[in-house]
Amino acid sequence: MSTQTEAGPRVPAQRDAGAPAPIKQRKVSLRKRIWRERWAYTFIVPGALFFLVFAYVPMAGNVVAFQDFSAFRGFAGSPWVGFQNFEAIFYDPEVLTALRNTLIIAFLQLIFAFPAPIALALLLDSLMSLRVKRWVQTVVYLPHFLSWVIVISVWQQVLGGGGLISNLVGGFDLMSNADTFKLLVVAQGVWKDVGWGTIIFFAAIAGIPSDRYEAAAIDGAGAWQRMRHITLPGLIPVATLLLILNLGSILTVGFEQLLLQQPMVGADAAQVLDTFVYFRGVLGGEWGIATAAGLLKGIIGTVLVLAANKFAKRLGGEGIF
Amino acid sequence: MATALSGFDRRDALRRKAGLPPWMNAAPAWVRAIKAIVIILITVTMLYPLVYVIAMSFASPAQARAGVFFPTEYSLDAYRAIFNGGTVTQGLQNSLWVTVVGTTLSLVFTSMLAWGLSRTKEVPGSKAILIMVLATMFFSAGIIPNFLLIKTVGLLDSLWALIIPGLISAFNMIVIRNFFMNLPSELIEAARIDGAGEWRIFLQIVLPLSKPVLAVMGLFYAVGYWNTYFNALLYINDAEKWPIQVVLQQYVLAGVNIPGAVVTEGAPPPPGVTLQMAVIVLATLPILIVYPFVQRHFTKGVLTGAIKG
Repeated sequence: MSTQTEAGPRVPAQRDAGAPAPIKQRKVSLRKRIWRERWAYTFIVPGALFFLVFAYVPMAGNVVAFQDFSAFRGFAGSPWVGFQNFEAIFYDPEVLTALRNTLIIAFLQLIFAFPAPIALALLLDSLMSLRVKRWVQTVVYLPHFLSWVIVISVWQQVLGGGGLISNLVGGFDLMSNADTFKLLVVAQGVWKDVGWGTIIFFAAIAGIPSDRYEAAAIDGAGAWQRMRHITLPGLIPVATLLLILNLGSILTVGFEQLLLQQPMVGADAAQVLDTFVYFRGVLGGEWGIATAAGLLKGIIGTVLVLAANKFAKRLGGEGIF
Repeated sequence: MATALSGFDRRDALRRKAGLPPWMNAAPAWVRAIKAIVIILITVTMLYPLVYVIAMSFASPAQARAGVFFPTEYSLDAYRAIFNGGTVTQGLQNSLWVTVVGTTLSLVFTSMLAWGLSRTKEVPGSKAILIMVLATMFFSAGIIPNFLLIKTVGLLDSLWALIIPGLISAFNMIVIRNFFMNLPSELIEAARIDGAGEWRIFLQIVLPLSKPVLAVMGLFYAVGYWNTYFNALLYINDAEKWPIQVVLQQYVLAGVNIPGAVVTEGAPPPPGVTLQMAVIVLATLPILIVYPFVQRHFTKGVLTGAIKG
């Protein structure tokens, strides 16, 4: 940074290069362009290194999936076992349970949690008083900023054994009921993120030209019809986009949320793929199998996003990339 | 103007008060009643659990043991006991350190990268790096490779393990970059022609103009660092270094007794439930304090602008 004054002399040179004709700039050699922008690279390099080391290097760590890995022997010393770990996954009953739980929760989320913010956004949009609208927004955004530990602790104090409801109605304990657990997970998700989810739909609603509403009103459309035929169609592109993204993360369902509650309801109800990877790998020391499961999950997720994106484009909608 | 308001006129007045166009009349009374009930239900569902927990953390021991809908007698015993104990205080300190240091570093590195990648046309190679960064939003290496990396670089049991792996969020970087790219270019071009270097432009022009977006992103990072739970579970074994979220999980969800949480000799300790409530409140408090600021910036549309762009 102390050398920043040295950048001074480059200015006349740049002016000379730019002065004769703007077209000439294109012919500047790559090396010169790089040299001219050398200071820009001081901004890029630290961040690029960060992503290289903490996002791309771990990708290489997935080789563990093809090894009989042990922390003692390390990457180099662990023997290679080919696809043995992947084979083991398919014969592991726990994986099947985890997969089933993951898919059920993802499905329930799709049915209940996905439309919830749309409904809430429509409701809030239909309010006339801006003050009420702002106030409700303030309230419903709040839980998004609380950690899962806090959310579950709070729910435990209200719905758990010894909590508020159980004080009023003896013996009530929703938090450790394995039968209703999956619905509970979805309810917690809605409670935490329904408000946050409306933001993107509000942005979409704000983007709908108001003269459409006016024209519809003049043609005699009531508030309900305007919502049904103008607002709702206006939200479809965003909703499709979110659906694509959701599909990509269909195998990722509330990791911290489930990890925290598993002791209360047991692994049969609360084991999902991510918690399986954690328990088997980090706690159980079966690095190879756990990594293989995680890798498989990641690959399926990526494929799903790409496929859904292509599908959305084929239907004439916009993809995400 | 009509002075005696019929039903229709009153609805008309309502609309005018809200500054809405003439065709947008208020809904009939029964629709508004249903909406009001739904909205009240939603806000109560969102707020009551939080209010209840805060209130119960101050409840008197007798009422806490009996379990009430809302306490009427109050006591500070739970907080006194917790601050005597040390474990929770230590957790709060750890979280505070991680939040302050982490947020500062994240903002520095995120905004640097955002500025470096804001002129992809001029800077050779920066487009490729931008794509490399964006791609990380769509995949992650998975739990175990990340764990092995942290282990290999020797960050296990260090609070730095809670900061470094999440130093730059690609999403936040894009939001800041969008903001930078929408800054008045004449100002920056003028400075460049006057011979100001990249760093000088960044520090003296770009950053001061970007305070709103930096504030919002800073708050996002801060909330993220404060809420760190799983990384701490994964990377930190030493109970002395646990952030508050892990402490909370241990004492509230896992039901471990808080060590040293005794008020004074002779007096009975406060009931476990108020202690738990108080820990929840302490872990939530910083979020509740910064929340109004985050909320205010939403209304400025910084985020919605970013999402649309």
